[in-house]
Amino acid sequence: MHPIVKLVAQRLALGALLLLAASALIFGLTEALPGDAAQAILGQAATTESLANLREEMGLDRPALTRYFEWLGGIMTGDMGLALTNKLDIATSIQSRMANTLFLAFWAALISVPLAILLGLIAVRYQNRWPDKMISGVTLASISLPEFMIAYILIFFFAVKLFWAPSFANISPSMDLLDKLHAIALPVAVLVMVVLAHMMRMTRAAILNVMQSAYIETAELKGLSGFQVIARHAFPNAIAPIVNVVMINMAYLVVGVVVVEVVFAYPGMGQYLVDAVVKRDVPVVLACGVIFAAVYILLNIFADVVSILTNPRLRHPK
Amino acid sequence: MKDQLNYMAQNVTDGKMTRREFMGKAAALGVSAAVASSMFADAAKAASPVKGGVLKMGVQGGESTNSQDPALWASDVPIAGGRNWGETLVEVGPDGSLEGLVAESWEGSSDAKTWRFKIRQGIEFSNGKSVTAEDVMRTMERHTNEDSQSGALGIVKGIESMRADGDVFELTLGVGNADMPYLIGDYHLVIQPDGGFGNPTEAVSTGAYTLETDEPGVRMTFKRNPNYWGGDAVAHYDGVEVITLNDATARTAALQSGQVDIINRVEPKIAQLLDRAPNLAVRNVSGRGHYVFIMHVDTAPFDVNELRLALKYAVNREEMVEKILRGYGGVGNDMPINAAYPLFDESIPQRAHDMAKAKEHYEKSGHDGSPIILRTADGAFPGAVDAAALFQQSAQAAGIPLEIKREPNDGYWSEVWNKQPFCCSYWGGRPVQDQMYSTAYLSTADWNDTRWKVAAFDEMLLSARAELDEAKRKATYSQMGTMIRDEGGLILPMFNDFIDAVSNSVQGYEPDPNGPVMNWYASKKTWKA
Repeated sequence: MHPIVKLVAQRLALGALLLLAASALIFGLTEALPGDAAQAILGQAATTESLANLREEMGLDRPALTRYFEWLGGIMTGDMGLALTNKLDIATSIQSRMANTLFLAFWAALISVPLAILLGLIAVRYQNRWPDKMISGVTLASISLPEFMIAYILIFFFAVKLFWAPSFANISPSMDLLDKLHAIALPVAVLVMVVLAHMMRMTRAAILNVMQSAYIETAELKGLSGFQVIARHAFPNAIAPIVNVVMINMAYLVVGVVVVEVVFAYPGMGQYLVDAVVKRDVPVVLACGVIFAAVYILLNIFADVVSILTNPRLRHPK
Repeated sequence: MKDQLNYMAQNVTDGKMTRREFMGKAAALGVSAAVASSMFADAAKAASPVKGGVLKMGVQGGESTNSQDPALWASDVPIAGGRNWGETLVEVGPDGSLEGLVAESWEGSSDAKTWRFKIRQGIEFSNGKSVTAEDVMRTMERHTNEDSQSGALGIVKGIESMRADGDVFELTLGVGNADMPYLIGDYHLVIQPDGGFGNPTEAVSTGAYTLETDEPGVRMTFKRNPNYWGGDAVAHYDGVEVITLNDATARTAALQSGQVDIINRVEPKIAQLLDRAPNLAVRNVSGRGHYVFIMHVDTAPFDVNELRLALKYAVNREEMVEKILRGYGGVGNDMPINAAYPLFDESIPQRAHDMAKAKEHYEKSGHDGSPIILRTADGAFPGAVDAAALFQQSAQAAGIPLEIKREPNDGYWSEVWNKQPFCCSYWGGRPVQDQMYSTAYLSTADWNDTRWKVAAFDEMLLSARAELDEAKRKATYSQMGTMIRDEGGLILPMFNDFIDAVSNSVQGYEPDPNGPVMNWYASKKTWKA
């Protein structure tokens, strides 16, 4: 077997174990939170009687371990179960929410990743001159502002004052692509601004690091232009750290955007998970948690594999 | 000037001002005749309802865990959505009077124990089935059922027997209750086919609209029910959208950018600023909801009435209304009742901030000087943390060692409220005094969050409940209110307004003290010009 295939298989098997551990941890932590779904649903309206009734109906009166293994048995057979709170099928609810999350993450990534790398290259080319300083200044400023603040500023100018884009991302499956893109214009812009700096700075640092090498000097001496040196000789050797930081940001775009979802009332996974945690809807929390963990693990495996493939020393280990 | 013109236009719409008066006053405000003339035309046109259009409401208070089962409704989004498809037996009007919905008329026996509701004839559920007294009875059965998780359980559990008698639904109470028709109008008690026993979440009732799509925590869409019994006078929109917008800034931005027509819960601190924006108006109405600090009267140190009184005198009510509510509300008098309730006694003196009395009662209480801990959280009510800080300041100035413990929002209602002896909370208010007192001040009430267990008070409550002579009831309620005010565990500094903001394109908007957004009847009663 090719060592890479073997490595991927190993990583996937480890990933599955990690997922199992993550699910147990999530279950344990959700159980440890004060209160349960019945109390959370009834809230201020809870009476001893209605609490007992609701607990019995949801099966919350049974021991925690029994519930966990029932859930585990279900998910092994592809059944995520029903939400405790509204009795809707979790798989169906997650499907549309996950699709929305991925849609938003996809467009944000499509814009931010090439843009970040390009800006990083430009910053290296004009290191310590005004383009570098401007790029770093602007991106660092946008990452330093809390994301809700950027969102409010964009909403104020582009939705309330100029009417260019809607203030909240009211998307539904029946809309066509252009309408959907119009609806998510502002959240995508916010996400791009939030992730840009991290990736750009990493690209810049990684390439500058490589630029210290002797072979770069050789490339310069044989008469290549500044940009050619960077693009042909420095960038390929800086891919590994860049891919890693890109993957971290991809993962953030999928699992970490709940604030942006709230501000733009975007029906994604983050909001779904937060609601479920507040209501102690354990099966939903578990389903979301496992999906998020899987996204992280897969993206990390991908980053590792790319690092190995781009590094001949790792690709052909002795 | 904008306010004044809007006010005048509203008068035209309401038929209180003629064209000549309007033009004259507009000219006095410096408005050109052409502009004034077109404003008058718009206002006059708005006077008669127009059919069509879609009403979009941006509503705070929705989660992806929401259900269409009326028994489980507890926050604004499901209630706002439910009002479109669901109807109760009766509705409480803006003036506090009752209007029939599924019930056409009703009457009580002289001891207020037996109530007969005549079901409106010939009306149909949105699935085409005729509404019968049997369906009504099954609905009440589902909510009183032993397995019920209904939020209305407390209201209907006093029912001893029920029967369907032709087109009449009859219920008999264990203890007479003159307010029963008000209670039966509770928003949970939506009449469903077979009482919703088959599928409580199918969203079938007799409402003016029917549910089209439902994405919990995101949006609900409705279209007009062509078979609605109410006729042309109501339900003017082709469709209604209820959009969950939990973030306050997102809500106001959506209204300002024209994406929604009505929003609820405008934050007091921005209400005045928002009102200055063009094309919309902030509409507030004083309701029965109130923000409270509650003490358990059976737990030390709050078991000493002198200490309770000291704390009551130490609260600066005016300051709280001004700083926490920004004027959108009124001062409370340590009793859960205000002028918005029927049979309120205006002559009960208003308690004022009085440092000398606070000191005097504190000294008399003999408290050992150990810290008195008030628990609060952002989620206890809007501004609860700031209100607690204000309270702490004024109490400390009176020498009362009040300390604040801030709790997380998450789990506040299960771990702090009704468990800890002194905390911040809120009440939504109830349509009638009896229901408010029965919910939280009767010895046996589940939500007796001040542990107020006084036999004499219970007796007065029960006697007033069955009393059909209004003067006598009013006198008893006055006595009860005074008792809670002077001895209860309730510190009630303020009654909060409902603050909505409404686009000027929406006509016929009349604030309703029973609830926000015209008690969620806006989609039924307004129209777009």
